[in-house]
Parts: sequence; C-alpha cells; structure tokens
Amino acid sequence: MALLEVKNLGISFGGLRAVNNFNIEIEKGQLYGLIGPNGAGKTTVFNLLTGVYKPDEGSVFLDGKNITGKNNIEINKAGIARTFQNIRLFKDMSVLDNVKAGLHNQYHYSTIEGIFRLPRYFKVEKEMNQKAMELLKVFSLEEEAEFLAANLPYGKQRKLEIARALATNPKLLLLDEPAAGMNPNETKELMDTISFVRKHFHMTILLIEHDMKLVSGICEKLTVLNFGEVLAEGKTSEVLNNKAVITAYLGE
Amino acid sequence: MKNKLSKQTKGNFITYGIVVAAFILVQILLSTGKVSSLMQGLLVPLCTYVILAVSLNLTVGILGELSLGHAGFMCVGAFASALFSKCTQTAIPNSGFRFFLAILIGAAVAAVFGIIIGIPVLRLKGDYLAIVTLAFGEIIKNLVNVIYLGRDSNGFHFSMKDTMSLNMEPDGEVLIKGAQGITGTPNDSSFVIGIVLVLITIFIITNLINSRTGRAVMAIRDNRIAAESLGINITKYKLLAFSVSASLAGVAGVLYAHNLSTLTALPKNFGYNMSIMILVFVVLGGIGSIRGSVIAAVILTLLPELLRGLNDYRMLIYAVVLIAMMLFNWSPKAREFRETITGKFSRRKKTQEEV
Repeated sequence: MALLEVKNLGISFGGLRAVNNFNIEIEKGQLYGLIGPNGAGKTTVFNLLTGVYKPDEGSVFLDGKNITGKNNIEINKAGIARTFQNIRLFKDMSVLDNVKAGLHNQYHYSTIEGIFRLPRYFKVEKEMNQKAMELLKVFSLEEEAEFLAANLPYGKQRKLEIARALATNPKLLLLDEPAAGMNPNETKELMDTISFVRKHFHMTILLIEHDMKLVSGICEKLTVLNFGEVLAEGKTSEVLNNKAVITAYLGE
Repeated sequence: MKNKLSKQTKGNFITYGIVVAAFILVQILLSTGKVSSLMQGLLVPLCTYVILAVSLNLTVGILGELSLGHAGFMCVGAFASALFSKCTQTAIPNSGFRFFLAILIGAAVAAVFGIIIGIPVLRLKGDYLAIVTLAFGEIIKNLVNVIYLGRDSNGFHFSMKDTMSLNMEPDGEVLIKGAQGITGTPNDSSFVIGIVLVLITIFIITNLINSRTGRAVMAIRDNRIAAESLGINITKYKLLAFSVSASLAGVAGVLYAHNLSTLTALPKNFGYNMSIMILVFVVLGGIGSIRGSVIAAVILTLLPELLRGLNDYRMLIYAVVLIAMMLFNWSPKAREFRETITGKFSRRKKTQEEV
C-alpha cells in the first residue's frame, strides 16, 4: 500500500479553481517530484496536504489513515512535515533552539516542571539536546548551534529548515523549492543532502522544484501540474520527454 | 551543550545578583539613616514596578504581542487580594500567612481574567491587539469604580448603584465603596517581601523562557505558520504566556494594595497611563531582556525623585534620559560598541581559562 494516497483533491478560491482532480500515490521510501510552471498550484497542493487549507473535495490518506480536512497540528502529529518556499525559520532563536522547537511533540515535560526545574526537566532537556545535536551533525551545522538562525548563510538556513522538519519525526517530508535562490554548487550540495537524508532516515520525500537538473538528478517519479490539473505523471525520464510537458514549460 | 546551559544560568545569576546587591545596598543605607522618608515610601512601589515590567516583558518580548492593558490585571489582583485581606483580618491574625494567601488569590484571580480576556484578544494581532487590551484595561478600572460590596450578619451584599441600595442590616460593614475603593487594608507588604517577590517573578519568567514552553512561545512569535507546521498548539501557548504574565501583574497588584491604607482605582495607578509607563520600562530596558526591564524600572522610578531638587529641569532631564537609554539600547553604533566591549571581556576570560 502506498504511504500517501491522494484522490480527487480539489479546492477553489472564489471563482478560481486552484487545484482540480489531483491524484498522487507515493510509495514508502520514494523520492517524488512535483513540478509545473509558475502558478500551477504546486504550493497549494502542499498547503492542502499539510492542512493549511481544507480541501473542497477529495481525500488524503497517510499510511492508511484518513487525514482529510484535519488541521495542520494534527497532520504534523500524523507524520507530515514540511519546509517553506520562502524560508520560515525562528530567526531570533538559536540554531539549536530551532531544532528543539521541532522536537516539541517528541519530548514532554509540563510547564510547571520547566519553571521549577524538577528532575524531569534536566533529564528531558538533556535528551533533547542530544537528539538536536545529532540532527545538526547530519547537516554539518553543529558548529553553528549557538548562532542566531537569522545569521546563518542562505544555504545553511535551507538545511536548518529541513533539519527542523525532520525533528518532528515525520513519515513524509515535503520540501517546497529547496533549491530556490541557490547557486549551482549549493544546489549540488543540497542534492547530496537530500539523497543522504533519504537513506539515513529511510524518508519518503515529496519535493516541489524548478531546477530541472535537481529534479532529473534525484527524483524517481514526477507529477506535472498545469493550471491546477495533472498534466502528466510517471517515471522522471519519461515525463520530461513528454510533449505536453515541454509545451507547458516552453510554449509552442 | 554544557557551555550553553551554564551561560544561561550565569546570565540569570547576574540578574538575581543585581537584585540582591541592590537590596543589601538599600538596607545599609536604611540602617545608616541616609534614606529620606520619601524614598522609603518609594521602595515597595519600586518592587511593584519591577514585577510589572518583568511580567509585561513576557507578553511583549517573548510572546511578541503589544499589550496596553497590564495595569488592568494589576488592578484585579490588587482589589481581589485587598478584599480578601480585609475580610479575613480577624479570622487569620498571622499577617505573614494572610499575605501569602492574598498573593495566591491575587495571582489566581488575575490569571482567570487573563484567560477570559486572552481568549478573544489573542485572535488579534499588532495594533488591534494593543487597542483592545487598552480598552479592557480601562473597562476593568471603571467597573471596579462602581462596585459596592458590603457584609452583614446575612452575608454579602452587592450593588452597582450606591451604599444605600446594599440594604444591609445595621451591623453591616461596607467593604468596597465604589469610587472610594477599599479602606483599611492591613499593611502587610514590606520592602523585604517585595524583593522576595521580585526574585520569584524573575525566577518564574526566566525559567519559563528557557524551557520547552518558552521555546514554543518564542517559535510562535518568530513565525506562526512555521510553528503550526511543527505541531505547536498556537492558542494554548499564547494563552498560557498571556495568563502567566497577567497573574504576575496580579501579584504586583497585591504588593501595591497592601502598601496603602486606601485602595482606589484611579487613572493614575490603574489607568492606561500606568500601562504605558510599564511598557516604557520594557521598551527602554530592551524588549525580551529581563535584566534590562529590572534596571529600567528602577532608574525611571527613582529618577524623578532624585531630581526633585532641580525642580523645573526635572522632567527635561527625565526626557533626555529616556532618549539616551533608547539610543544606548537600540542604535546600531551603540550596540556595536557594547558588543566590542563584551567581546573583549569574554575573549580575555577565555584566554585566561586556556592558560
């Protein structure tokens, strides 16, 4: 059974049909790409999957569980984590605290235990620190753990956002244009990071991307969106040679 | 890892140290008789203002919402506790224990008001939230002004009109007399208690900030959408921070009420002037900086009194100090300068440690 099963997903904003009849099936461990021209509805699909918007119709199943119409907190707990197209870090917090905020629902102690520094506070904080440092090491950010997130260079901010999303222990990771604004070197490095994350955490990943080098380099399957509808889907090489897809991107 | 934790606790201990040092200094000055009676009368209000500034910093600096109704919560705490103390003055003769209970009641009632007001208000953002909290603060103050409460052998009587409409038996006693407030509250608070409460407030706020809860609150402040995507319950943590802030303002109110023989809700002490003054402490001390709030509250409360001899120039110097503090805290050049100085210090320390 597929990890993520989306059937007939659709949403309208006023008279605009933003996403129509969207279907996708992602197997466990797959690296799946979602591409399409600007304004095709890719980010809207992400927002529907993560509960930012409620779909008008259709259903979303994660690991056999119906998560259609749940809010984003419940969906995160069910196992979908995401990054954002425009980076949304907690800028005035340290890099370490950013990841620890991601660990929020993984480690528990009450507010009272936190204020009065009861033994559980120290025990759990220690575990959290270890776990967070492990994650930072994966992205070679451990040197910058004490930096303010806003002071990181751009490429590292992107990495930190992925680390923070992984901290919520998801089953499915959604990356919204992870290579946006990166130079070719940084993109190359990011491709390695994504492949590594996939192997290291046995993660299923769905990513939106415009950089065709990245897409063709790492994605196994693609879905192409155009004007809110699925234009093509299938193996990466096949889809990229599809005539309709080329037309949509380059024009007649 | 260890380094970081010790850095945080070190910072906290410096703050506690400053408060304790100030306390010892004042005690020495008091024992040598160098403090005028005017200044002595200012000591408890000083503690009140410090508690208010530190607690408001939780809302403004950590939660990132501009609240202008902080004096309202102080008002609630003050009246609830003053009422309690007056009612139980004979029942609980031990003033220390009675005051302890009064603090708990003041904090609890203010926290309840914080939750009740927070539920609608925290849906708003920025300027809108500021205006609505301002309105709620004024509503609380004006409501308190029209409450008449009396007690006789039949129990409590409540009215919002005047004393006569309480319809009490001849043995009745008026507890709250509308705009004339509560008279005869026992004078239970003292400078020592005030300092202890200041320390407890700083302890609660700093520990809250450096915990799982504090991280969640700051995450919401920095980016609400990202915080939601990580599964952080926005409403819960906003409300929690707001009500903790309110309940500590209530504690400040308890301290304030038990320092006066007559407690009235005037624009001067519980109105928006007060709320704005607390906000000035927070902004000048540095938004989010607890130690800054403490220092700013102390300086700005003492300054007008210290400058009393200068008469006409008093408010002029006060204004200049406000501007100077603002520049010192926020102008990029001044920050750079401060950072180089602190940087030199820490580097020197490091080399010493290495040696």
